[in-house]
Amino acid sequence: MKKFLLNTVLVILFFVLQTSLFGRLSVVGVIPNLLVILVSVMGFMQGDRNALIIGFFCGLLVDIFTFKIIGIHALIYAFMGYVTGKFHNTFYPEDFKLPLLVVTGSDLGFSILMYFFTYLFRAKFHFGYYFLNVCLPELAYTLLVAVLIYPLFLLMYRFVLREKIRE
Amino acid sequence: MSPRVPQKKEKFTIPAKYWMLAVLIICGILLLVTFLVDIPNTPANVVVGYTIVPMQKGVTAVGSFFVQRKEMLTTIEKLQKENEELRTEVNSLTDENIQLKQEKFELLSLRELFELDEQYSDYEKVGARVIAGGTGNWFDSFTIDKGSNDGLEADMNVLSGSGLCGRIVAVGPNWARVLAVIDDTSNVSAQVLSTSDRLIVSGDLESMKENHIRFTDLYDEENKVAVGDKVVTSNISDKFLPGILIGYISSIESDPNNLTKSGYITPAVDFKHMSEVLVVTEMKQATEE
Repeated sequence: MKKFLLNTVLVILFFVLQTSLFGRLSVVGVIPNLLVILVSVMGFMQGDRNALIIGFFCGLLVDIFTFKIIGIHALIYAFMGYVTGKFHNTFYPEDFKLPLLVVTGSDLGFSILMYFFTYLFRAKFHFGYYFLNVCLPELAYTLLVAVLIYPLFLLMYRFVLREKIRE
Repeated sequence: MSPRVPQKKEKFTIPAKYWMLAVLIICGILLLVTFLVDIPNTPANVVVGYTIVPMQKGVTAVGSFFVQRKEMLTTIEKLQKENEELRTEVNSLTDENIQLKQEKFELLSLRELFELDEQYSDYEKVGARVIAGGTGNWFDSFTIDKGSNDGLEADMNVLSGSGLCGRIVAVGPNWARVLAVIDDTSNVSAQVLSTSDRLIVSGDLESMKENHIRFTDLYDEENKVAVGDKVVTSNISDKFLPGILIGYISSIESDPNNLTKSGYITPAVDFKHMSEVLVVTEMKQATEE
């Protein structure tokens, strides 16, 4: 129950921050992707089932707010949660590198899937351009934000999630 | 294989792969339904309208404080310089304005004679605040703080300052989503103001990074269209009202087929720094014959 409430609050908080605050703090024309951080770190900390549900609702919110066809972001984020959840077994709170690697992989995977589903199908073939000018800057910015907020995730893990596991 | 001894507190749980499968099916159905049926105001829009939108409003109010601080630091010197330039400009403009006012008076009386309606300036407009940007880097849409409760509908045109900014594509009770004309999926039928030659303005992520919008299919037999010409929405567009300024032609070149031309437009709207927009509550009349 506690976990459920926490996850609901996290999804809403990250979505609101993503759209209202970070959406306006763009650097070289790109904004970071907070939802990727949330879903992949949660996959890492809570396992595949919870993360895919978190991802589904994150994506659903994105779809309702910014997309004509509902379901595509929901599916991509849910899948992201499912895959990153597979790393749950190797999760140690002390390790700092692996979660960042997971975020890197998720963000790159997300960008490439987005390009594939929404640009390639409309005959926009300059993947090199999009990769250099959208994917890579977004990845750098996202990683920077991830490094800054990962300690907060750890604190949360220590005080809320780990207790639950001991029970 | 030894039989698995069930432990005391073990609960039966569904493996994650079945959850994934369920999500896959749900998303598949959602995709199909929303692809086939075009509903601008879904129940989901109402739900998020009363849960997420108020929070976005709050965060934006706080967030714009930070954004302003960030801009303030970088721009004080620039502002002083700009201020001087603007002062000189104001002087010359006041002169011009007086002349124009006299001419407008003349124009109005002439129009009355011709019984012509003033265009563009007398569209009814509603102001709205931008409360949320897009969620990613691939698409250019934003959310405003007025919706169907304020009489907004899908396909209404949105202006910012003097130029066309986009159109509404989805409405909730107290919010609406605007698809910017620079979005990669946006296409607007337009015309060059001076020659009335038609062209198509298509948003493009690649050219927007250099602050341009692409245009194509300009049919200009007499080579009259030049750099700097105004481009406005055309009267044959089915979603946009005629005569709204989109931008100025910044470069132009002939297509390989030697019939049409294409090039780039500098938009009249600063899409990076929008905080208030105007929604035109009049709709383009669709022919219903």
